[in-house]
Amino acid sequence: MSTIFLILILLLGFLITFQIAKASEYVGILKGEKKNLEQNNRINGFLMIAFLVLGLIGVYWCNELYKGKILGESASDHGEKIDTMLHITIAITGIVFFITQILLFWFAYKYQYSEKRKAYYFPHDNKLELIWTVIPAIALTVLVGFGLLYWFHITGDAPKDALQIEVTGKQFSWIFRYPGKDNMFGKKYYQNINDEKDNSLGLLWDDPATHDDLVVNTTVYLIVNKPVKFIINSRDVIHDVGLAHFRMKMDAVPGTPTTMWFTPKYTTDEMRKKLNDPEFDYELSCDQMCGRGHFTMKGIVKVVTQPEFILWRAKEKPNYARVMADKTPAAPVQTDSTKTPTAKLNTEAPAKLVANAK
Amino acid sequence: MSNEATLHGHAEVGTSHEVHDDEHGVHHHKETFITKYVFSQDHKMICKQFLITGMIWAILGGLMSVLFRLQLGYPDSTFPWLEDILGKWAKGGKIQPEAYYALVTMHGTVLVFFVLTGGLSGTFANFLIPLQIGARDMASPFLNMLSYWFFWMASVVIMCSLFLETGPASGGWTSYPPLSALGGTSEGSKAGMDFWIIGMALFVVSSLLGGLNYITTILNMRTKGMSMTRLPLTIWALFFTAVLGVLSFPVLLSGLILLLFDRHAGTSFYLSDIFIASTKQALPNEGGSPILFQHLFWFLGHPEVYIIILPAMGLVSEVMSVNARKPVFGYMAMVGSLFAIAILAFLVWAHHMFVTGLNPFLGSVFVLLTLLIAVPSAIKVFNWITTIWRGNLRLTPGMLFAIGFVSLFISGGLTGIFLGNSTLDIHLHDTLFVVAHFHIVMGVSAFFGMFCGIYHWFPKMYGRYLNNTMSYIHFWVTFIGAYLIFWPMHYEGLAGLPRRYLDYSGWHSFNQFGDLNRFISTVAMVVFSVQLMFVFNFFYSIFKGRRVTSTNPWGANTLEWTTPIHPGHGNWPGEIPEVHRWAYDYGKDGREFIQQTEPIGANESKH
Repeated sequence: MSTIFLILILLLGFLITFQIAKASEYVGILKGEKKNLEQNNRINGFLMIAFLVLGLIGVYWCNELYKGKILGESASDHGEKIDTMLHITIAITGIVFFITQILLFWFAYKYQYSEKRKAYYFPHDNKLELIWTVIPAIALTVLVGFGLLYWFHITGDAPKDALQIEVTGKQFSWIFRYPGKDNMFGKKYYQNINDEKDNSLGLLWDDPATHDDLVVNTTVYLIVNKPVKFIINSRDVIHDVGLAHFRMKMDAVPGTPTTMWFTPKYTTDEMRKKLNDPEFDYELSCDQMCGRGHFTMKGIVKVVTQPEFILWRAKEKPNYARVMADKTPAAPVQTDSTKTPTAKLNTEAPAKLVANAK
Repeated sequence: MSNEATLHGHAEVGTSHEVHDDEHGVHHHKETFITKYVFSQDHKMICKQFLITGMIWAILGGLMSVLFRLQLGYPDSTFPWLEDILGKWAKGGKIQPEAYYALVTMHGTVLVFFVLTGGLSGTFANFLIPLQIGARDMASPFLNMLSYWFFWMASVVIMCSLFLETGPASGGWTSYPPLSALGGTSEGSKAGMDFWIIGMALFVVSSLLGGLNYITTILNMRTKGMSMTRLPLTIWALFFTAVLGVLSFPVLLSGLILLLFDRHAGTSFYLSDIFIASTKQALPNEGGSPILFQHLFWFLGHPEVYIIILPAMGLVSEVMSVNARKPVFGYMAMVGSLFAIAILAFLVWAHHMFVTGLNPFLGSVFVLLTLLIAVPSAIKVFNWITTIWRGNLRLTPGMLFAIGFVSLFISGGLTGIFLGNSTLDIHLHDTLFVVAHFHIVMGVSAFFGMFCGIYHWFPKMYGRYLNNTMSYIHFWVTFIGAYLIFWPMHYEGLAGLPRRYLDYSGWHSFNQFGDLNRFISTVAMVVFSVQLMFVFNFFYSIFKGRRVTSTNPWGANTLEWTTPIHPGHGNWPGEIPEVHRWAYDYGKDGREFIQQTEPIGANESKH
């Protein structure tokens, strides 16, 4: 009912506008084209300057309204550089923005048609044109210079002691793998992926390096002030590891691993206190369109202290241990394992997987 | 000059042109409804066909945005009437995720390709090229007709895809594989994606037929005295646009054909290491790279945004100069900057791919080249501002849209400097900042260029004026609305809100903008309804608008205003006029304007 009502109001409003428009057209004809033009010029010239003034107030007001909502201080060292770059860019583009917009609308108002004025024949001026070729070029050189300085730093090699974590995106969640004590990721092959058999990454159990690999879903733990390097993969379509608080982002591309590294500055607890928000968590968002659940593809990043991390790490069971609950780690391949199925997991899995593997 | 010949290349394509060579001017063919309005070879009619098809698409594309803005603004509400219209796509009155993604995908595809490429270039290249260079029609009126009908076929295919059971394509207008290659990953990647590829292939054909024709016409069919440096800037802009299209659209087509192979022929151009959860199946494809598609796509995709914006720049330059009663400032710099933009357009595509794992060094080269584009863009902006400086401005609706274009182009262009800088792109990539940036700089700006053109040349197209009051309302609501919608959206992007999310309420970091989203949605609906008023004004004025009484109502210099009020096929009744000067002698030697056809006087000052 209210919808119909709304449509009726809209139609009525439109009809009124139309009638006024028609009437003013007749009035315009009666008044004569020239007078009509002058009147329209006055109204629109005034609106131009009004738009400029109200627009500038609006820009200021909008900034006051939202500057507190744009995430605050960066939570990583790379993020600080990105924020500095942002401020430099805002300063330079801001100056250009205000100068050009003010000139544009001021001229539109000031030089509106008048019978007395003659337009000034001014086809070109090489000096002026040179000035506004060179000045933008210099400004851009500054921006490119700072930009590339930070860019190479951020995309450069991670420190050797960085915590290595493999991140894998899938429709529509995140899987994280830690290398374990050997500090080596075991081999994997995507044909071995089997969610029912708890091998979501397709790890090859006959590679001993996989045995201590820790695989967790959704929540990843990082150590505060310790560089972390993500090695990013995808299981199906392109995803993107988006870490708004750390200002970091990198695509997850199936078949082509990518990397990203940064150093978290504050633990989750510190951030909670800082923001006075007990429910705060660093969120990992998928930033590349990946299908119907794209907008729900969330991961949680817990930044903790070193001792907390060690404690957490000790509690978690490696993927291999979960799969081989009853098996001795030394004998992962058992062709007759079908005869001794465990209650929870079918141990046929590894045998078959290895057989399938290349 | 074979201008006379093309007039008659009408019923008998490519045959016996010489027969008519001695005849000039209005030559009444026996025209039926079909040859005049449907399979017309008159560039002016083809222009109107492009324009009206584009308008239909614009309404549909705009309506799509209203629907998904409804979801974004009111994620918790239900709208039962949506289910009445959309059925299962809006179960329970809520737009389903698949439907949301289909809507954004089609909104992008329709507006980028069918409205702002087909509708904008198609309309004004067809209309202005022959009229402003002094030709009776295009080099090949027949190919020109085919160009429209391929566009029409593409439109039909895309339109049909909206009614498929599995829905239209829904992987974004960029349709990145593997999402777009594998039906198992998304409903829209089933039949909808095939329709999308076929539709786009037809569109590419249309665009190539049109583009080749525009280039040939501009290079070969200028009237006597119309040297390249006497061309109005509209023609220069349309020329570079056509060159860009001809060189880049084939690359998109090749990318799409490889995608089609990956979908149906078992190839692995873009596929590798994929496990599909919905079917619990690991695909056999190995060794492909999805990034290859992105390279191919953006090799078109980036020039595409200039294909959209260059015609708008040309239209704005012309309309601004006419209504400022002053020559466009720095004509050669304007042409030079168009040229520079056209060249650079091909060298910056990978700035869309900074976070795909691209080699950082390669990324840095693209940063440099991308930010270089700001130099010619800055030259254009300063030249436009200087054009209105000390002018005698007639603030006609066309002029208002031209000024609005410059304002929006500045705002959107400056945020491009943020995104072109790879360091900032790490944070801003794929956030609403990008959405705000490109909507202002190529969406709304290009629309403003188009409106500016429509308002200015409507009298030439239909011999009547659009209603002024409705035009002014249209301008101010659209202009203010565009800023209200997209300015605050930058803040959402700075906060990291990812684009293509239909509901942010599940995110602790991103749920602080609920009010703003509602506000943006409301403004979007108001702006959309005003566009409907424009469409009404357009069609009403075709039949009932105030009549044009003189051949040159704006006091403009260019050749189209030397034709009769209702030019027939062939444009000039007698000889094609000869050109003696450039198009911008406004306010020279105390005269308000001097048409291009007037010979240089003995005492005339030089410019």
